[in-house]
Amino acid sequence: MYLDSEDESILNGEYGETRQKMMEILLALGKVFNAENLVPITSAQISGASYKTIGEWGLEWLNNLDARVAVPSILNPIGMPRESWRDIGISTEFAENQNKVIKAYKRLGIKMECTCTPYYLNITNYGDHLAWSESSAVSYANSVIGARTNREGGPSALAAAMIGKTPNYGLHLFKNRMPEITIEVESGSGVHSGHYGAIGYLAGKIAGNKIPFLTNIRPSRDQLKALGAAMAASGAVALYHVKGITPETKLPTFKTEPVEKVVIEQSEIESLFEKSDVDAVAVGCPHCSPDELSRLASLLEGKKTTKTFFVFVAKGVKDSNMGYVSKIEKSGAKVVEDTCIVVSPAMDVFDTVMVDSGKAFAYVPNMCGCNVRIGTLEECVLAATS
Amino acid sequence: MSFTIQGRGISKGQGSGELLKSSEPISFLSGVDPQTGVVVENGHPLQGKSIAGKVLAFPYGKGSTVGSYVIYALKRNEKSPVAIINIDAETIIAVGAIIADIPMIDRLEKNIFDVDDGTNIIVDGDLGTAIIEQ
Repeated sequence: MYLDSEDESILNGEYGETRQKMMEILLALGKVFNAENLVPITSAQISGASYKTIGEWGLEWLNNLDARVAVPSILNPIGMPRESWRDIGISTEFAENQNKVIKAYKRLGIKMECTCTPYYLNITNYGDHLAWSESSAVSYANSVIGARTNREGGPSALAAAMIGKTPNYGLHLFKNRMPEITIEVESGSGVHSGHYGAIGYLAGKIAGNKIPFLTNIRPSRDQLKALGAAMAASGAVALYHVKGITPETKLPTFKTEPVEKVVIEQSEIESLFEKSDVDAVAVGCPHCSPDELSRLASLLEGKKTTKTFFVFVAKGVKDSNMGYVSKIEKSGAKVVEDTCIVVSPAMDVFDTVMVDSGKAFAYVPNMCGCNVRIGTLEECVLAATS
Repeated sequence: MSFTIQGRGISKGQGSGELLKSSEPISFLSGVDPQTGVVVENGHPLQGKSIAGKVLAFPYGKGSTVGSYVIYALKRNEKSPVAIINIDAETIIAVGAIIADIPMIDRLEKNIFDVDDGTNIIVDGDLGTAIIEQ
């Protein structure tokens, strides 16, 4: 792999031991994936933020690092809100360990945001190269924004953040971004036919690790977010295209219509929406956009929750939308930052959780050990307030 | 008598010890006990054996990426392999070897799996070589 003279100096240890190690990691990854060079990145999103994931040894490794990140960098969601962890029943022991991990990352110059929606906080442009980790963020960046990132692991994202570059392979190369399977979504008039979390849940199972080309749908940006997050959870989809909607499908060099084609029927979508009693409701997977907070505030106006209702969001988005947040919380719902349905131990205590997310629908049974029911946002609000 | 097999350097440094081969991939997270260095994965060909102090040869890593930190933990507990040889390096093992300062090479020009377990091997991660001492 080609390295410029500054990269070589870093590799030789002239910028300290930590940067040297980070360059060694990038070089090894370049070898593993046959990258020809390093490409500069504009931001990083780093996984391995939860103490539950990285454990005492991951923490020790972080504490021994001595360098700061070179590009704007944030973290994946963690197991609890940093400030109000007591409010959602997190144990003191868990909170203490989690806070040690957060401190370790803060020392490295990482911005204290723990979210799967970095694109709401850092401006991310078409064509930007990134080193992001969280699967739904990777999917959104690649597909909806037209930026370019592979799905990074914790150490590789941190290495890229500290060097400001990442090996140029995989989805960084345009030739690797062409669709491999067509998924046609049967349009219908059913109440759930426009539920993109459910469509994504089904499409991800079909696509597996192929790049899908979805046709016959016209999702909005928030619906694209739900679609991609679900496909990344039920499949391993890091990039998808929607005909006429996502940016790369509009390029003259884009190759459309893969030969392999599968149809998702309306009846398959409808069959996911089983009715069952729930004892908690959770939305914001991925974290809510300002528009989604606004919709929730309207839907909850004048209502009172009768069961636990969590709304997950990035701290930065919560702080700049306090009007909506206070309307939502007036109903009894809790707007929670830094953590999420999937990684928070707060969800583990329920029997059945209702979600509006195809991603949460895929993960909750295994990761939280409870049953899950999917519904629209309106149905979630209805279940939480009746 | 010794001979050298050329491969590709992944993690720098030198290490020597007895060869321990695994025909199967290794998952470090939950597959290897970080306190003892013993392989604990049920049904694994190395189940019950310690990888501590060995030149560990296996096809590639599998399982969770958190396995990188387990390799680091093994090193800190002084139960890590002295060197790693893979058929084809992937991210988990490559990153783990680098953060734990364990020499690692892959893509050897001759099959290391023809060499007997217990043979002394010198791995050089800078040169990408394995010297077989017979």
